[in-house]
Amino acid sequence: MKSKVLAWVMGAAVGAFAVGAAQAGTLDDVKKKGFVQCGVSQGLAGFSLPDAQNNWTGLDVDFCRAVAAAIFNDPTKVKFSPLSAKERFTALQSGEVDLLSRNSTWTMSRDTSLGLKWAGVTYYDGQGFMVRKSMNITSAKQLDGATVCTNTGTTTELNLADYFKANNMKYQVVAIEDANQVRQAYDEGRCDIFTTDQSGLYAERLALKNPSDHIILPEIISKEPLGPVVRQGDDGWFNVVKWTYFALLTAEELGITQANVDEMTKSTNPEMQRVLGVKNADGSAAGFGTGIGLNEEWIVQIVKGVGNYGEIFERNVGTNTPLKIARGKNALWKDGGLQYAPPIR
Amino acid sequence: MTIASGTRNVAKVSIWNDPKLRALFFQAVLVVVLVLVAYEIVHNTILNLQRLNKDFGFAFLSRTAGFDIIQTLVPYTSASNYGTALYVGFLNTVLIAFLAIIAATIVGFVVGIMRLSKNWLASRIATVYIEIFRNVPLLLWIFVFYSAVRQPLPDAHQAYSLFGWFFLSKKGLMMPKPMFGDGAWLGLVALLAAIVGSIVIARWARARQSATGQPFPVVWTALALIVVLPLLGLAIEGFPVDWEYPALAGFNFSGGVAVLPEFMALFLALSLYTATYIAEAVRAGVLSVSHGQTEAAHALGLRAGATLRLVTVPQAMRVVIPPLASTYLSLTKNSSLAVAIGYPDLVAAGGTVLNQTGKAIEIVSLWMFVYLSLSLFTSLLMNWFNARMKLVER
Repeated sequence: MKSKVLAWVMGAAVGAFAVGAAQAGTLDDVKKKGFVQCGVSQGLAGFSLPDAQNNWTGLDVDFCRAVAAAIFNDPTKVKFSPLSAKERFTALQSGEVDLLSRNSTWTMSRDTSLGLKWAGVTYYDGQGFMVRKSMNITSAKQLDGATVCTNTGTTTELNLADYFKANNMKYQVVAIEDANQVRQAYDEGRCDIFTTDQSGLYAERLALKNPSDHIILPEIISKEPLGPVVRQGDDGWFNVVKWTYFALLTAEELGITQANVDEMTKSTNPEMQRVLGVKNADGSAAGFGTGIGLNEEWIVQIVKGVGNYGEIFERNVGTNTPLKIARGKNALWKDGGLQYAPPIR
Repeated sequence: MTIASGTRNVAKVSIWNDPKLRALFFQAVLVVVLVLVAYEIVHNTILNLQRLNKDFGFAFLSRTAGFDIIQTLVPYTSASNYGTALYVGFLNTVLIAFLAIIAATIVGFVVGIMRLSKNWLASRIATVYIEIFRNVPLLLWIFVFYSAVRQPLPDAHQAYSLFGWFFLSKKGLMMPKPMFGDGAWLGLVALLAAIVGSIVIARWARARQSATGQPFPVVWTALALIVVLPLLGLAIEGFPVDWEYPALAGFNFSGGVAVLPEFMALFLALSLYTATYIAEAVRAGVLSVSHGQTEAAHALGLRAGATLRLVTVPQAMRVVIPPLASTYLSLTKNSSLAVAIGYPDLVAAGGTVLNQTGKAIEIVSLWMFVYLSLSLFTSLLMNWFNARMKLVER
């Protein structure tokens, strides 16, 4: 009886979003409406940041554009929904966004119990700490008793609790929902430490009043594989997103860039022809684009639109950007990194 | 019986024109439609949950939470379960709502009376305060106060200190904490005795005044009792109270009681914002008491203070209490804006649990249930108070 009453209440609570989610075939829906609705973060330099004209830039944003380019041959056919860490999964589950590309960590509980599926890891990250230089701290082991600012609803909160407990240190956590408020609280001195994924720390440091007054400690206390997420139960759409990611890696591996992609279509290398969907002499298909509901030239479209994975990385977070992040673990497997795509064949 | 059926035969009309039957019919239709809509919502939700491979249930409440909360009124660590985390959030909500309601009521009454004051400066100050606070969204006030309790204050190492007992810094307000030792129970007993004694004296004084017209300084006597008796009780046992003073240790103060900046900001914003509504309700109430009442009181020789206390306010309360109740309700609900500045109330703690578990429907329904219960409880209290203050007709 009790559960029955609750079922009624819950029904009322989600009636609205249940309707939106009750559709199948996200790819068809996306094609029909003419754009990809992509969930991104509210403003994180290098990953997703809007300028004054609401033009979004960043690695996460470019992934959304790559998906749009694969489907529509037009990387601009994306609408962005800025989401807080707390809202993001609900927004995806309810069908408010088609794709979540918002520096979200892939964990077992999220992958299995939230009704979500990670399509890959577009950025291998780990949680770090930022402190003021004036505190003369060189290691996270010296942080006993500190006050820590972080986003609420993240894996960060959990890693933090684990780390301080494991090292037998005390701390206080100020967990705020809006990312900008977290930064401001740290900047105004409410907290001694700012913690989030290390890439995020580099990005947030740029937005502080005096970035050079702050240092990022060397310790990385967790694995944070960040990647695009889709809903469970729509394997077609999952394939499109997953293989868009693999296509970006494959393009880098084969040396296909935004500049030379047209050149490359003239190649006689069979692998190159397969990847770029160059038709055989008899006009039959060589690639696999149509197999996932896209064009034969889908990878050409992606690379023309946004470049390959390496180009996206360097453009948004690489050593020539203010973030100055080295490829590190995000280099291709053949360069000693973790980025590895199964063969396209 | 026979008479009834006889009259019906006489007044026989078509079924459609029988008002009773027609009403029944439409009521039945409405019920059927409501049931169908409800069924559809529940059914649709269940299907969608199944499609997302999610189940519905509250079993997750007993799983380990894994995150820490900065202000806990009951023992809580990251090894506690989600249910405890939510309970901690609930208590934080009750704490802020309770304290803010008291502060808002006091400020509201003072400002409401001030606004009606004949003193030009007092009434203008009240007007300006009310207009400024009432016409800016509460969320902005919360941000303003949050910055105000952070930016101008020094770091913990340079904290403002009062006697070395109180420390004010960006980390909040640190206060000494009383540690009661053996024998402190006598102080508590004395406090209870003082409260009971005050009530008895108040009754006796009222009875005496109605009988003889002689007033008695009840407030001062009660205050003296409540201060002196517990002290006396403690003195007998040789003051078994130790104070734990906050002391700087590493990054922050340890020991004592900490009032978080988030708490201060939310408390100030909620109480000062809500006080404006109470002030306006008080003004309406006072204005509703006809001028004749005041004049009659003056004619009887009552001074201005006594007129306000004995004649105006009791009558004004009848107008003030109903809006007061709804103001308290909105204050309690507005406290959920805490999430914006990281005060760990029910919504903030629930939001974290929601995000870790993905149990959106369960958490949202819990939120709704808790706020509904809190509101109904507040309404109940205020209705009872209203009934007591109502005009007793003789």
